[in-house]
Amino acid sequence: MRLVCPVCGERDRREFYYQGAALARPDGSDWGPDWEDYLHNRDNPAGVTRDLWQHEQGCGAWLIVTRDTVTHEVLAVALAAEAGA
Amino acid sequence: MVELQAESPGEGRLPVTAGDLRLSEVVRERMTWLAPYKGQAAALSEAMQAAHGMGWPKAGRMTGRKGARAMWFGRDMALLIGPEPDPGLAAHAALVDQSDAWAVLALEGPGAPEVLARLCPLDLRDQVFKRGHVARTEVAHMAGAIARMGADNWRIMVFRSMAGTLIHEVETAMRRVAARRNSPREGADRAHHLP
Repeated sequence: MRLVCPVCGERDRREFYYQGAALARPDGSDWGPDWEDYLHNRDNPAGVTRDLWQHEQGCGAWLIVTRDTVTHEVLAVALAAEAGA
Repeated sequence: MVELQAESPGEGRLPVTAGDLRLSEVVRERMTWLAPYKGQAAALSEAMQAAHGMGWPKAGRMTGRKGARAMWFGRDMALLIGPEPDPGLAAHAALVDQSDAWAVLALEGPGAPEVLARLCPLDLRDQVFKRGHVARTEVAHMAGAIARMGADNWRIMVFRSMAGTLIHEVETAMRRVAARRNSPREGADRAHHLP
């Protein structure tokens, strides 16, 4: 598997660290179903998914990778700082 | 009183050679991390140009020349190699002294890309990784950097504490590459397929 880092270009998977699903953080600090979802509940999609990866051994940037869990196709890689998690 | 002696990261372990390949330690220079503050990248580049004669390097590239170089070193990060940083740079960027933090080795000789290919997952072919290119990458499972200073002249950097491991790993790869190149049949076959 190779990812195209927006900063470094195409690199091998070994340079990347996988964090998990890229979720929008709920607004506010009051506990509620949104926070419960954010902390504990994850979809397990057969299809398109958005994950957070870090180019740990490369430029250090956090990335949002859109990929297909069925075909293993990588559809898009964007800087988390610009795309918003 | 105890007399403390400064030692370089590869003291007593370098240089090593294998066939036409040579691994040696680069004479230590002042190295400073430059991390521009938000929105200050352009101003920093101008200040660098004025003070040191080189601008901010693009991702994966180096600017300047021997003795005063800026090496891209990560997202919004560069390494100033050679000069003492001009105090004026501090207005635009965080400066961190890295002079003693890194082991900087030079790998020279034909077949150097074959040695590096055994240690890192980069595409090092001539048409892809050219003189003046640099990459942060995994070097023998260590976080490091590889730069190309010339056709057969490469720099390998890892944190200083891992110098011994790096020297061992590179030397092992050098011996294996040299052995293959010296083997009459293999050598001829390989020479044919080199980029």
